[in-house]
Amino acid sequence: MDDNPPLKAVESIGAPMTEAELHAYVDGRLGSARRAEVEAFLAARPDDRERVLDWQAQNLMLRAALGTVHDEPVPLRLTVRPPSPWPWRGLAAGLAIAAVSAGTAWSVRGALDAEAARIALATPPAQGVADEQRLSALAHRAAVAHVVYSPEVHRPVEVGADQEQALVTWLTKRLGTPVRAPALAAVGYELIGGRLLPGDAGPVAQFMYGSASGQRLTLYLSRDIAGQDTAFRFTKDGAVNVFFWREAGFGYAISAGADREELLRVSQEVYRQLKPS
Amino acid sequence: MRATDRADLLACIPSLRRYTRGLTGDGDRADDLVQDTLERAWARFSMWQRRGEVRAWLFGIMHNHFVDRLRAQRARPEDGMGDDLPEVAQRPMQGDGLALRDVDRLLQRLSPEHREVLLLVGVEELAYQEVATLLAIPLGTVMSRLSRARAQLRVELQGTADGAATNRIQRVK
Repeated sequence: MDDNPPLKAVESIGAPMTEAELHAYVDGRLGSARRAEVEAFLAARPDDRERVLDWQAQNLMLRAALGTVHDEPVPLRLTVRPPSPWPWRGLAAGLAIAAVSAGTAWSVRGALDAEAARIALATPPAQGVADEQRLSALAHRAAVAHVVYSPEVHRPVEVGADQEQALVTWLTKRLGTPVRAPALAAVGYELIGGRLLPGDAGPVAQFMYGSASGQRLTLYLSRDIAGQDTAFRFTKDGAVNVFFWREAGFGYAISAGADREELLRVSQEVYRQLKPS
Repeated sequence: MRATDRADLLACIPSLRRYTRGLTGDGDRADDLVQDTLERAWARFSMWQRRGEVRAWLFGIMHNHFVDRLRAQRARPEDGMGDDLPEVAQRPMQGDGLALRDVDRLLQRLSPEHREVLLLVGVEELAYQEVATLLAIPLGTVMSRLSRARAQLRVELQGTADGAATNRIQRVK
């Protein structure tokens, strides 16, 4: 049926009646005079009338079913505005995630609150200090993202490692810069997959890895992190250990429940592989 | 941004969610799409010149995101994302929940292009010209997509007339 020209004119009594007008009738887009003409036309055309009634029923069916979505309470994550002046954007996103996750995330939230207070008191921060705060905010966001996604059994990632090439292509496109998942088999971790997350000023990538013992580890990768390259930093958010650093405009954070030595080993491997040559 | 602008944007979220749910057939993916759209909208709000209704502007942003995602999906040899989501992920709803899932499946049988037009016209009640502007396609293309979408939906509904799915859907009428 799709092969037929869909907008063929249908013969009519008065002015020529087009299929487009029948749609306009269904969608309430006709003036009252033309509407009456369409009704007269349909009264004499059972097939067309049947068709129009079906279209009306389709509209009602779609509105009724999808109306349940319209009337649901809006999920919290959609109502939190990421405000424009930095650090609040990252903090708001962090808080929203923390608020919907349980347990450990609350301690991370505490850290973010503390940082919010610290930033609010420092007016205006010197550039170096601002860079530092941005980097540590990245580490906190990475820790929250780790806590939220790593316990997921059914859907830890958006795109799985079986589609690694598609994953990398997608993240590269969304971050606007080449992104790849380091191979960590040598240090005992296999890629599970990755996802895109909202960061401080745009999208960030999260890659998730798993060890043979079921331990999970996430690499959080953000671009446009201004400031000088840094050495590895270490922080602990609840049960999550995080190594983070800045290199050539990228912010990196590696989070896991694993101990500090093991995490350092992994971080060195990631650094070695991802360092721009 | 003024407080009223923020309120205008927030007021559009329910219809954005309804539309993306119809497009994607999956609550989580729908809300991801809404979130992406809002992110971009907040970032670009100052650039919006109030040339039109804020809702149409948001739907335009969403359309671009949706098309980006389709391209990304089509580039993959196989897109199984979300197909194996457990049914328990659905928000429990009395009666209507079944109809929503049936409608999800039904809509997924249409092409994304047909689905967009059908939903924008039939559910979001945008004028044909608004849809043409929003999707950046000629008015005639809007009408032919609408025609094909409705024709296909008729066939799908008649084809399963004896099925339980349709019985549930017809209960909504």
